[in-house]
Amino acid sequence: MAEQVLVAEGVFTWPSDEPQLIGSHFPESGVTVFPRTSACPKTASRVVEDVLLPRRGTLWSWTIQGFPPKNPPYIGTESPKDFVPYGVGYVQLADPEHRGEVIVESRLTVNDPATLRIGMEMELVVVPFTTDAEGREVLTYAFAPVTSSQNGASS
Amino acid sequence: MSDVAIVGIGIHPFGRHDLSGMEQGAVAARAAMADAGIDWTQVQYAFGGSSAAGNADTMVSMLGLTGLPFINVANGCATGGSALISAYNAIKAGAADVVMAIGFDKHPRGAFDPDPADFGLQKWYGDTGLMLTTQFFGMKIQRYMHQYGITRSTLAKVAVKNFENGSKNDNAWRRKPMSEDEVLNAQMLSDPLTQYMFCSPGEGGVALVLTRADLATNYTSKPVYLKSAVLRSRPFGSFEVFNSWLSPERGDSPSVAAAKGAFEQAGIGPDEISLAQVQDTESGAEIMHMAETGLCADGDQEKMIQLGETSIGGRLPINTDGGCIANGEPIGASGLRQVYESVLQLQGRAGARQVENATTAFTHVYGAPGISACTVLSV
Repeated sequence: MAEQVLVAEGVFTWPSDEPQLIGSHFPESGVTVFPRTSACPKTASRVVEDVLLPRRGTLWSWTIQGFPPKNPPYIGTESPKDFVPYGVGYVQLADPEHRGEVIVESRLTVNDPATLRIGMEMELVVVPFTTDAEGREVLTYAFAPVTSSQNGASS
Repeated sequence: MSDVAIVGIGIHPFGRHDLSGMEQGAVAARAAMADAGIDWTQVQYAFGGSSAAGNADTMVSMLGLTGLPFINVANGCATGGSALISAYNAIKAGAADVVMAIGFDKHPRGAFDPDPADFGLQKWYGDTGLMLTTQFFGMKIQRYMHQYGITRSTLAKVAVKNFENGSKNDNAWRRKPMSEDEVLNAQMLSDPLTQYMFCSPGEGGVALVLTRADLATNYTSKPVYLKSAVLRSRPFGSFEVFNSWLSPERGDSPSVAAAKGAFEQAGIGPDEISLAQVQDTESGAEIMHMAETGLCADGDQEKMIQLGETSIGGRLPINTDGGCIANGEPIGASGLRQVYESVLQLQGRAGARQVENATTAFTHVYGAPGISACTVLSV
């Protein structure tokens, strides 16, 4: 297996069998943001706590990136001919304790519009999305559709 | 405080040209002065900007070193609108009687490639392929279609209308009409939006000469009055370009507050508007901005557009010059192009695309990282 490297530290927990995004929770306003930040965008409060976000949520909206993004800022180097469209979406995370309630933007593991619908259940995974100059796989977070068999296994 | 009139308008055609962006701005400035019957020595104050074509104030080396105060404005897609608001405020404040607002730009081909750090984002956001305005527009209209029942046919019809209007505009970049099928079957760039539903970064320049309203007839027989010019940044809970997260507590777009402010300040309501230019970065944006600016209710667009009510000859013509879809988007010039078109229409000079009996007009720009500028004009 190719050597792997994270696209950035401090964005999600890794290595882990159940990776989670790392956000900021502002207890005074109840606002949760992703990624971590120092001031509440609603109240400017500086009282802040790290929060590990829920791994599951529902698809809030989505699109398919149909053309190769410019590099930079994108670090993928595939040619237009080899480019594989990728899904992008917003996933609304649900948290019974409310601290992790936020809608996060993410790559999606699927790129077929027929497999995506607003409201479907999604789960966080960590996946390679490109290869760096040293031949290492670069890992980022993404959301994958939850299949009915996974539902059964986790309940 | 004095009211404000627009007494001269000038444009350099939009599209792709050999001239530098700055030179295109100077062409527009000379045309605006000729339209007002003045020369550069009579301009007492200037505000101008571009996103990617240099500092507007260096244009004095092409227009004349008269020593006038010239302030550069940089405010993303609202750069032209911000120059206009600055000119409006300068006249209102009594700082000058004759003021120019200039916007111009020249962008390379293809989607914009912004630096995450310029938008307060971490590098990984760009690294992983999330730093694309096209994705935002795709996801915003995807959800809007889900909520309000807007169809793909309606998305396509907006582009068809704007190409049709562009075909009647000698200054437009895209002047070839296109069928609904051609728009729908073009390459899918960001589902549900195809290539021909999007505008492209381009080139062009626009300049306006503004004066105190009581002086306007010294310069033109048909002044158009700038009744209001309002800029707003985003409130909490809005959905903007380049957001790695959104609040589940949803709020309004900045366009809502900017439009409301512009209508209130003008004392003219959205139901009294003869024609409107609204930001159509892509066809979904035109649809959503119609409701955000108060021109219709959410969901009404489906019927309005299918019935042709927003075409020239319809009840509320929108983007009569072809909008961004037919003109492309030179960021600095785009907002002023909307005002240029509104003035042409209100003066009855719009030729083949003239809206009959137009007495009031509304303009709206929207851009990253969540700003909107709106104006209301009347004869």
